[in-house]
Amino acid sequence: MNRPRGERALVRPHVVTGGRAHPSRNVFDLVTLVIAVGDRQAGLGPEQRRIVRLCQGGALSVVEIAGHLRLPVGVTRVLLSDLMDGGHVTTRAASTAQQPRLQLLQEVLDGLRARL
Amino acid sequence: MDSAPAFETAPPAYLPETVRTAVKLLIVGHFAVGKTTFVGTLSEIRPLRTEELMTQAGAVVDDLAGVPDKTTTTVAMDFGRLTLSDRLVLYLFGTPGQSRFERLWQDLARGALGALVLVDTARLRQSFEVMDLLERHGLPYAVAVNRFETAPAFPDQEIREALDLLPETPLVTCDARDQASSTRALIALVDHLISLDQESA
Repeated sequence: MNRPRGERALVRPHVVTGGRAHPSRNVFDLVTLVIAVGDRQAGLGPEQRRIVRLCQGGALSVVEIAGHLRLPVGVTRVLLSDLMDGGHVTTRAASTAQQPRLQLLQEVLDGLRARL
Repeated sequence: MDSAPAFETAPPAYLPETVRTAVKLLIVGHFAVGKTTFVGTLSEIRPLRTEELMTQAGAVVDDLAGVPDKTTTTVAMDFGRLTLSDRLVLYLFGTPGQSRFERLWQDLARGALGALVLVDTARLRQSFEVMDLLERHGLPYAVAVNRFETAPAFPDQEIREALDLLPETPLVTCDARDQASSTRALIALVDHLISLDQESA
């Protein structure tokens, strides 16, 4: 789902996205975990190839991909969305919504306590 | 072929294959309150910074005023990562507290479990704006006084009154440079989130 038209101007379309400011799908939260599928790079632009190469080593979140490649998050989302459409990347998702919030919070708490 | 990817620092630290769930907490507060330090102290990866482009449309713009040809600004987000178990990873986002970054806030707040508000006792009033933002986005929070050596020490009750905290909102003290101290501040927040969840159940 695209954002309402009135919001369009808020992220400047970037040349690497072909002028589009919004992704073709809306699955990419900042912390969605992304991993490459294979290593096909034919037909991809240089920025998309950088993403595929980066994601071949294992899973990283959307925001880490943006940080490593020094791309704005909005641009990264558009590129990832196209890569997902083309079958180049996939998300390693267990949506947090599938798990009861209380159980998730308890796991976070246990994990933090274990670090003390 | 292109040259090797220009990584910001070292090659990326990939997540263990078993990790399936990513959660986020926001570390919020006014300028120079210690958000970046806090995230850096706890992060297992070298904290990364990413930028988002924003226009001044609809925003209360200050720093771009008088620069008519500049239509966008960037806002930096610092973030860090803690792998908490073989299946769970926590991301911390140092988030600027000004309401002109409302757009960024929508993105950050979506799916976030809660927020830790860092405050400086010398500048308590500067925390009002960020606390308003949290309340507007319905994000539960705890407050942590980041200990600055030069800042005055006040009794908790005075800080609570100055910040108009609800009785149940945790107020802790931390040293953003210290890992155990910062971890305990996050624990206070998550404890609070659990109580809120149990109450609403």
